[in-house]
Amino acid sequence: MAKKKAEGYLSGREARRIAKENRRITNAFEKQRKRKNVPESEYLTHMADPNNAVEFDNLHTYFYTDAGVVKSVDGVSFEVPIGKTVGVVGESGCGKSVTSLSLMQLLQRPQGQVVEGEIRLNMGDKAYDVTKMPNEQMQKIRGNYVSMIFQEPMTSLNPVFRIGEQVDEVIALHHGEGKTKEDIKNRTIELLEMVGIANSQGVYQMYPHELSGGMRQRVCIAMALACSPKVIIADEPTTALDVTIQAQVLDLLRNLKDKINSSIMFITHDLGVIAEMADYVVVMYAGRVVEKGTVHEIFSNPAHPYTIGLMASKPVVGKQVDKLYSIPGKVPNPIDMPNYCYFKDRCEMCVAGCEGEYPCQVQLSPTHFVSCYRYYDHKNQGGEG
Amino acid sequence: MSDKKSVISKGDFTPVEYDPQYILQVNHLKKYFPIKGGMVSKTVGHVKAVDGVTFNLKRGTTMGLVGESGCGKTTTGRTILRLAGEKTDGQVLFNGKEVYDMSPKEMRALRTKMQIIFQDPFSSLSPRLPVGEIIGEAVREHKLVSKSEFNDYIDKVMDNCGLQPFHKARYPHEFSGGQRQRICIARALALNPEFVVCDEPVSALDVSIQAQIINLLKDLQDQYNLTYLFISHDLSVVEHISDSVGVMYLGNLVEYGDTEDIFRNPLHPYTKALFSAIPVPDPNAKMNRIVLEGSIPSPANPPSGCKFHTRCPYATERCKVEAPCQREVEPGHYVVCHLFDK
Ligand SMILES: Nc1ncnc2c1ncn2[C@@H]1O[C@H](COP(=O)(O)OP(=O)(O)OP(=O)(O)O)[C@@H](O)[C@H]1O
Ligand SMILES: Nc1ncnc2c1ncn2[C@@H]1O[C@H](COP(=O)(O)OP(=O)(O)OP(=O)(O)O)[C@@H](O)[C@H]1O
Ligand code: SF4
Ligand SMILES: [Mg+2]
Ligand SMILES: [Mg+2]
Repeated sequence: MAKKKAEGYLSGREARRIAKENRRITNAFEKQRKRKNVPESEYLTHMADPNNAVEFDNLHTYFYTDAGVVKSVDGVSFEVPIGKTVGVVGESGCGKSVTSLSLMQLLQRPQGQVVEGEIRLNMGDKAYDVTKMPNEQMQKIRGNYVSMIFQEPMTSLNPVFRIGEQVDEVIALHHGEGKTKEDIKNRTIELLEMVGIANSQGVYQMYPHELSGGMRQRVCIAMALACSPKVIIADEPTTALDVTIQAQVLDLLRNLKDKINSSIMFITHDLGVIAEMADYVVVMYAGRVVEKGTVHEIFSNPAHPYTIGLMASKPVVGKQVDKLYSIPGKVPNPIDMPNYCYFKDRCEMCVAGCEGEYPCQVQLSPTHFVSCYRYYDHKNQGGEG
Repeated sequence: MSDKKSVISKGDFTPVEYDPQYILQVNHLKKYFPIKGGMVSKTVGHVKAVDGVTFNLKRGTTMGLVGESGCGKTTTGRTILRLAGEKTDGQVLFNGKEVYDMSPKEMRALRTKMQIIFQDPFSSLSPRLPVGEIIGEAVREHKLVSKSEFNDYIDKVMDNCGLQPFHKARYPHEFSGGQRQRICIARALALNPEFVVCDEPVSALDVSIQAQIINLLKDLQDQYNLTYLFISHDLSVVEHISDSVGVMYLGNLVEYGDTEDIFRNPLHPYTKALFSAIPVPDPNAKMNRIVLEGSIPSPANPPSGCKFHTRCPYATERCKVEAPCQREVEPGHYVVCHLFDK
């Protein structure tokens, strides 16, 4: 390595100081979470609207890293209504996965912590604030009541166990009572076939590295759906699937949703899939929600300059262009966020007001919200920040 | 697995000679994975992941490779680069030299010229190295730039791929899925390769960064005459970036031709079904999907005759018993299907 410290590296002393400070903060959080026999009253809460399955309310999730505090999610609010699908789109690295991992309580610990805000989960007769739930309670609902399809299949598959054993285990854990080994195996085979895996008997015996990328992804989908969850988080569930199998998997999710009235939070970069699946769309940028509305509002009337740029970047089959449009510039450093609109440095539609502090949320219709100065005189300023 | 012999037929093809207009010539390439079974782990059959693939790739062009999940695209790419153990049969000529006949020393030199961007970034990045090192390691090892230029060079490569200097000291687990994908791209491109297998390189990126990466790949191609094998499920991206397209089904190419011909005039029943399922970014759009009936056959035990006959809406008796041959339907547009015999 070159002698002079390159940009991007901190000095050793600085890093040690930060590390010590981080440990102090994260230890306090961890102690809180590891307590035993926490009374339910501590994490009981009320849904703002009983028709919602999940409500994210001003969620802040930070990572305490040696290079500083990464504010991955910095004030995210949106809701997932019961029986509906909410599509989440946004810049790569804007905090979509971290938002969903916060709901699952699967953030990388101890660095990753929810520092502020609530995630309210509708349990039917009561509501829980997930951010305050202790580990032991969370384990009972994870994979069962709420379940997640992970973005990278290898994070949820163990490379040293056969596929069959891993899916069997999920079923046995939550729905295993009174079932024989044979029953469970049959259920696993049935699930694998449901997600379109040929040779399910053979795949049952295989190790993860022997599967193709798309097959691994489908195994993860099968595992996530094994217990008919009421809330499904699908983080890029179809990136490794060809369009015909993708259509089959989307149908599967839709059927499950209709059958048991589940709610789906669907994260994807594929605007075509969003258009097909989602009832509502949330657009995130740099750890914040910049726009949300019904799928029709977002597609026919995108308001935020980032959403507009996103819609313009997508190549379309049958349309020849020399160079694809891409939004110029870069996202700000999450350790050192600006105090004005996070998109301003890349925005091609700035107005005078953009010099001011981060714009608050403007309501364009009963369901359509946007955080942008361009709409300030549209309606009276309203909503929270 | 029905036939007891399970002998692999080898050398059942006419070898090709070097043709200098092609950087890569793939001829009847096969890659089978053994299936172990029983108490003594005997080989009881084979997964025929790649089962006789033939194509040529001109220098400075891009070939898109599409097909059903599990049909053997990744295995094709890895076998070409000699990353999947020994090939089962066939030829892979890179600049006229058989890749599988190279000595370890030649192979090492070749490794910088042929790169792969892996489909699964998570498992292909070493968790113990900071990102600056991951990208720069091989650059330093092969002395591609001088010491004094090293840092600037890495910064430039990272910047091109949408990564920023403050990312350098961080470790792979601290990144989002799409950021990790960009690290893989930067690592491959930093070595100034001649040929790159891009296995789903933009699947985890938002459309804007995806556009940036695709523009970058095209710019590099214009500047350095790079050649790509571009594997992707996103057909709009494939159409945009490729000069030619190959459609795979269960280990074989079933259709092959210029991008324009394939998209304007898809011929094979599988290609037609595939194209009909492309999602449209418009919530009001009505889809006319061709739904493929029947379950997906297993590559361990592929159907007789045309491998697609179990799901093909046009299948006849003949398709069940006789495997179709490749036909050139219009100049440079090949299809493997009985419907085009004549
Ligand atoms: N363990 C971690 N330590 C430090 N930073 C992290 C960690 N995990 C994520 N981050 C940072 O948090 C930000 C948000 O990450 P997240 O994975 O939520 O992005 P994303 O929206 O899912 O992106 P993508 O579409 O690329 O998957 C990124 O800038 C990432 O670098
Ligand atoms: N190491 C291995 N051992 C045994 N079988 C394997 C191995 N690697 C791949 N296969 C099998 O080969 C077939 C083709 O896999 P491959 O990864 O090439 O598919 P793919 O076309 O890239 O699919 P995807 O689009 O899902 O990534 C699959 O049936 C897979 O199970
Ligand atoms: S050969 Fe027959 S079965 Fe195969 S694709 Fe053509 S029509 Fe269908
Ligand atoms: Mg993600
Ligand atoms: Mg693959």
